Amino acid sequence: MARLDEIRELTRVRVLSFLREPEAVFWVFMFPMVMAAVLGFAFRSGKPEPSTIGVVASEALAATLGASEAIDVETFETFEDAHAKLRRGAIDGVVEEDELGALPKLTFDPVRAEAVTARLRLERALTDDPDEPIVATEELTEKGSRYVDFLFPGLLGMNLMGTGIWGIGFAIADVRRRKFLKRLLVTPMRRTSFFLSFMLSRLVFLILEVALLVMFAAWVLGVPFRSDALSFGVVCLLGALVFAGFGILVASRARTIEGASGLMNLVMMPMWLASGVFFSYERFPDALHPILQLLPLTALNDALRNVMLDGDSVLSLGKELTVMTAWCVASFVVALKIFRWE
Amino acid sequence: MAPHTAQIDTPAGSTVVARGIVKRFGDLTAVDGIDLEVEQGTCVAVLGPNGAGKTTTIEMLEGIKQPDAGEIVILGRTWQRDARAIRERIGVQLQETEFQDKLKVYEILRLFNSFYAADADLNGIIDTIGLEDKRDSFVKTLSGGQKQRLSIGCALLHGPEILFLDEPTTGLDPQARRRVWEVVERFKTEGGTVLMTTHYMEEAERLADLVVIVDKGRVITRGSPAEIIASLGAESLVRFSLIDEDVRVLAEEELLAMEGVTAVRYEGADIVLSVERTQAVIASLFSIVESRRLGLEDLRTHRPTLEDVFVSLTGRHLRDG
Repeated sequence: MARLDEIRELTRVRVLSFLREPEAVFWVFMFPMVMAAVLGFAFRSGKPEPSTIGVVASEALAATLGASEAIDVETFETFEDAHAKLRRGAIDGVVEEDELGALPKLTFDPVRAEAVTARLRLERALTDDPDEPIVATEELTEKGSRYVDFLFPGLLGMNLMGTGIWGIGFAIADVRRRKFLKRLLVTPMRRTSFFLSFMLSRLVFLILEVALLVMFAAWVLGVPFRSDALSFGVVCLLGALVFAGFGILVASRARTIEGASGLMNLVMMPMWLASGVFFSYERFPDALHPILQLLPLTALNDALRNVMLDGDSVLSLGKELTVMTAWCVASFVVALKIFRWE
Repeated sequence: MAPHTAQIDTPAGSTVVARGIVKRFGDLTAVDGIDLEVEQGTCVAVLGPNGAGKTTTIEMLEGIKQPDAGEIVILGRTWQRDARAIRERIGVQLQETEFQDKLKVYEILRLFNSFYAADADLNGIIDTIGLEDKRDSFVKTLSGGQKQRLSIGCALLHGPEILFLDEPTTGLDPQARRRVWEVVERFKTEGGTVLMTTHYMEEAERLADLVVIVDKGRVITRGSPAEIIASLGAESLVRFSLIDEDVRVLAEEELLAMEGVTAVRYEGADIVLSVERTQAVIASLFSIVESRRLGLEDLRTHRPTLEDVFVSLTGRHLRDG
């Protein structure tokens, strides 16, 4: 079974050379934890950004609130639609006209600084008299609506992207620079085994990486974990495979570490900003959302938030899984075609 | 699957045959129509200065580079049809392969072993390449010579029929070089075929049955080391310089007029004479110098080497590049 032997040995060598680099181990495992902890603390205070308030089935309210510069209005058909977004922190509060003649009712989470700001802004938008009560409030404190809860799945997604692209990209650029790739070329090694070994070594670390990060998030930061293990596993696995493919692709031609490094940053930078790692991509104009949703990291982050925070099943994530699968296949096919061995 | 029958004439017993191979890189023709044949059980050394096209030539034979023209047959097969089958039966050491620093000697051999159908005795290979003490050491702790022997170990472990070596001892000290030679000689005594490149004439003289001297992408001469040296037509070379005088005060015609001198070459502050009868030439050299009232300095004679042949054919030294 020369074929299995070579895949096993190539993978072994990959895993060993990773574990023997303490710096790499730090960046993969410690860095995201430190980042989640620091950002989780840092963003407990409010942001000087407009509050996003959901309005349920009321054009009059939407128009009044829309006139305020401090408020972005998002309209919903039903309270349930709005509530789902509120839970994830994508909107800061939901306002609805309860009954005819009664005061509008605001549902918000008083633990979140953004939600408290949203309430003040809402009141100011509806009246000039600070003493007149104009809204009835309903306080909804739910695990999962803090900034750190929103942040963590994004960081996990970002980490899967980073370790995939950097981990594999640098490893390939390094063996090419050492002319070790060329040396492999003159053996009967099957080229697919070489690529498979990178995927497999990624999976070995994926399990460690994800388990460690999720435990840290749940126990130290109190982030909710509502997913079933299978859904979460499938999403992480697919995420890791997509970015392993990207890692091979970005390193498929680069002759130097520097060249590969530049390309990696070029690929990752837009996704760090626009794929909803640190803030929801819904803050970009609506017209951009369909495009942003086609980015693999956006799909991964959305899927991670859905399974982790909302407890959705993987079966309900057709769109996200399709986007990731498509990127995965495309990156592999292209990488295999253009890969430079010398 | 029946092996692909070669289109070109492959003499019986030849393991490597190349006919008119050409490789261009843009405007530069690195290899300009080289023919090579390596008989089974022999060692052929391609000798030439840096930039002569040696590495490009051997890399075409190893199936790494595609020739722009010409044909290559290895063990009766061609790279186009039977690449995998050829790779199973050859061993290759490349110039400048660097193994990952944090892998151990045994781990690297184990990795390479997994690529081949046959299962090697890795401890036996470690003995062969003399790295018994380094079996569990990281690559980064190996000396240049030990790394090179590891590289050859990776090329030998599956019991190849042909070993390709690209400048196997470049950059090594003389002792490390001899240890590499011992590994190659052992492979040869066991019936292996070797094709190597080198720019060290001592290496070619020691290991090769046939030397092919290349320069600027072409073969300039070939034969056994003894034949090539004999082609110079000199019993020895006489080298000297003059005290406080430019050597060119002794004109070429004047020197050639001496009985037994076949060629004259000026090399910096030295004159080098190719001579047939050493003793007689030295005697007449003394009388000329005496009569011209010149002072002879640094007079040396030595048997001609491949280096001298190369210099006489190209006017340059092997190591000048």
